[in-house]
Amino acid sequence: MQYADTRHRGAVRLAAGLGLMLAVSGCTLLGGEEEPAQTGPNLPENAQSTSQPSPQNGEVVLVTHESFNLPEEVLQNFTEQTGYEVVVQASGDAGALTNQLVLTQGSPIGDAVFGIDNTFASRAVNEGVLSAYSPSDLPPEVSEHALPGDAATYLTPVDYGDVCINVDDAWFEAEGIEPPQTLQDLTDPTYQDLFVTSGASSSSPGLAFLIATVGEFGQDGWQDYWRDLMANGAVITSGWSDSYGVDFTFSGGDRPIVLSYASSPPFTIPEGGDEPTTSALLDTCFRQVEYAGVLEGAANPEGAQALVDFLLTDEVQAAIPDSMYVYPVTDVALPELWAQWADVAQEPIEVDPELIEENREDWVREWADITTG
Amino acid sequence: MGRHHHRLVPERLVPALGVTLLALLPLAFLTVFFVLPVGGMLVRGFYPDGAWDLSGVGEVLGRDRTARVLGFTIGMATLGTALTLTLGLPLAFVLYRLVFPGRALLRAIVVMPFVLPTVVVGVMFRALLSSGGPLGFLGWDRSWTAILLAFVFFNLAVVVRTVGGMWEGLDRRAEESAAALGASPTHVFRTVTLPALLPSIVSAGTLVFLFCSTAFGVVLTLGGLRYGTIESEIYLLTTEFLDLQGAAVLSVIQLLAVVVMLTLAARARARSEATTDRAAARSVARRPRAGDAPLLVVAGLVVAFVLTPVLTLVLRSLRGGSGWTLEHYRSLGDAGASPAMRVSILDAVQNSLSTAVDATMIAMVLGVCVSIVVSRRPRAAWASRLVSVLDGAFMLPLGISAVTVGFGFLITLDRPPLDLRTSAVLVPIAQALVALPLVVRTITPVLRSVDPRIRQAASALGAPPMRAAWTAEGPVLGRPLLAATGFAFAVSLGEFGATSFLARPDRPTVPVMIYDLISRPGVENMGMALAASVVLSLLTVTVMGVVERLRVGSVGAF
Repeated sequence: MQYADTRHRGAVRLAAGLGLMLAVSGCTLLGGEEEPAQTGPNLPENAQSTSQPSPQNGEVVLVTHESFNLPEEVLQNFTEQTGYEVVVQASGDAGALTNQLVLTQGSPIGDAVFGIDNTFASRAVNEGVLSAYSPSDLPPEVSEHALPGDAATYLTPVDYGDVCINVDDAWFEAEGIEPPQTLQDLTDPTYQDLFVTSGASSSSPGLAFLIATVGEFGQDGWQDYWRDLMANGAVITSGWSDSYGVDFTFSGGDRPIVLSYASSPPFTIPEGGDEPTTSALLDTCFRQVEYAGVLEGAANPEGAQALVDFLLTDEVQAAIPDSMYVYPVTDVALPELWAQWADVAQEPIEVDPELIEENREDWVREWADITTG
Repeated sequence: MGRHHHRLVPERLVPALGVTLLALLPLAFLTVFFVLPVGGMLVRGFYPDGAWDLSGVGEVLGRDRTARVLGFTIGMATLGTALTLTLGLPLAFVLYRLVFPGRALLRAIVVMPFVLPTVVVGVMFRALLSSGGPLGFLGWDRSWTAILLAFVFFNLAVVVRTVGGMWEGLDRRAEESAAALGASPTHVFRTVTLPALLPSIVSAGTLVFLFCSTAFGVVLTLGGLRYGTIESEIYLLTTEFLDLQGAAVLSVIQLLAVVVMLTLAARARARSEATTDRAAARSVARRPRAGDAPLLVVAGLVVAFVLTPVLTLVLRSLRGGSGWTLEHYRSLGDAGASPAMRVSILDAVQNSLSTAVDATMIAMVLGVCVSIVVSRRPRAAWASRLVSVLDGAFMLPLGISAVTVGFGFLITLDRPPLDLRTSAVLVPIAQALVALPLVVRTITPVLRSVDPRIRQAASALGAPPMRAAWTAEGPVLGRPLLAATGFAFAVSLGEFGATSFLARPDRPTVPVMIYDLISRPGVENMGMALAASVVLSLLTVTVMGVVERLRVGSVGAF
């Protein structure tokens, strides 16, 4: 009864539907990129820099991974100070980022890069995707994190994070068990079926942990360690959010030992409490350092250099912990909770970046054979 | 007769010319945004530095792992497709052939999983199935069973909507006459209904198979890295090892497997395809009867299965440090609530919607062109083969690794006029590539079921080609077009995999925001990620609900 005239209704409704969608979304991305109006009146200041001081010196394109994050004000201050506007192009993780740069060598998609870490740095340097630049007067606390040898002239340290085993102290206390201290402890039967980690083939902390075991037990010893670890009931998940967010007892799971970061404990201070219920084992840490550099073939090398310099200013360094959950390389003050509860390793486990680059694939393959059969 | 005879030439040529022109646009799109990038990656793999290098091929093919991964991928995709079809068909019947209160809501709920980010579904499934979870006793954590369930969870919507759309428009009179002649309900279903539905079932099965065989995050998360698929291997080889030759070998295997599967599907479709009496827009759904009980029970169980993880998600998004709370939702409105958020949820929704509008428009325009072309039945054998090759070609993007396409963009679209590598346009384009097959598979079965003689009759009566096509096919197209639009929109809203390999301008969509939140420490971030997932689901359900409403709206609505 309600379909008296069906001939054109479909089309009318389709048109109406599309119209409605357009209305709902305000407008589209296509063709409207330059218009300030498209972001609408109710959007906050971070809706691009259309209403901001106009950059006199053009754009500098920063290629980075998807964890890159800095407050919009900070980037706007860069524009004010230098006249360059930062355009961020983010995708993938540190590995994918490095490989994208290698693939686009000679015709880079940007001017500067941030986010290559010490596990992928050698590849980026060896493949020639970087142009030699590093600020000449690095303070000692920064150059402490620099890459060994010639590579230091291509990549400048910006931040670092310690990948460490974390334990749920509240759980151990309730069970009346001493928490483990070292990597070797994890193979102790006391800690059977208590450990969860993310995999080296699918997550970057997982890869860092594998490299830590290589550093700790040697190139010929880590395989046995992993066999013992698996025999002791270790469980492997695909990513950090999975192991920490599901399996870790703190998040409601049933495993009180997890692979995470030295910076994780402050986030476990209970509501109304004043200290974390978890802690990081600082003898188990591998240090991931993230670097910035100027891309070879950059359209705007001066802008890229200015951006690399800028990443080491107090303003950026101070913003790094809260925006990216890692530690600044300069000695700016840490946020209070970090200073109190997020100590870093005094002597992190170290492995030469060149050695990592040479063996990464073999290690990960061998690791996969040992852990997943 | 003589008069007609002399009009035959233009009559045949003009539509052929029109159809060819119609094919050009989507073909150009496919060439630039799919063939070129994938070809570019294969060339980098096999022909690096300007010379053939096939040294790694034997090694990759000889690895135990390659055979295991291939077997697992195909086996799981087959199982996933079979199970999704088995559970989806009863649900399609109940939701599209029966009328009952709450039907629109149920139709919307079934679509929710389709847009949930895999990382969130992984966390929800694992929260239920892990040894400490409420369903831990099943022992399905880190098993292939969990992966299979997730395949069904994600893809039910594809079967229900593709088949449901066809079923809804099916004229019930044929079934009724068979029943009146004494055929049992099963017999009626087998001899009358099933043959009419088969093309859309094959269509849905093809899509589900492609989705399952390129699934990646969910396989790693729910299988605990114990299982690898071709897709996860390509990802590892490309993004971690930069072993482009190894990745190229696997991409070729993937391509071959997909082509074989599409050929089989095309054969099955060709055998089953017949023109069907369609009830046009006349409502043919009826009230449930006692005889529907078994199907209602199955459908009820399937809905319960979909709802369990969804409800877990909703409940967990409402849990705070001290009991029930809306704080996670409130925090989403404030860009400063967590450093993991770069914008507020409203901005992210806005970004998602505007990207989705673009992706949907691209997918619909191209999808309609492709559907019209591939639903034609030319008499010449070569032309008919060409049509089926074309049909398959537009399915390929679903079966090929997103990493390959994403990295391929970077190395091929790098010079004017197509230096699009960092353009904001690339994201909706990548999403349209994924949505296009769904659009084609939703519309084509319906177009093909229209008796070509109706169009010919209209032509004979003097209608120009476009007019003739519209007269014949327009009336039945309304519903599938709306269904396809809704679907394309949902694909774009939920899509993360394909776009995560593209260099994206700093304009986070809702899935990107969810991913940012869930990868950072802090109970609040997790809670907000879950809340944002609920928002994404509701957004999708609302959009699709609006589309449904357009479909069943009252006469005076427009």
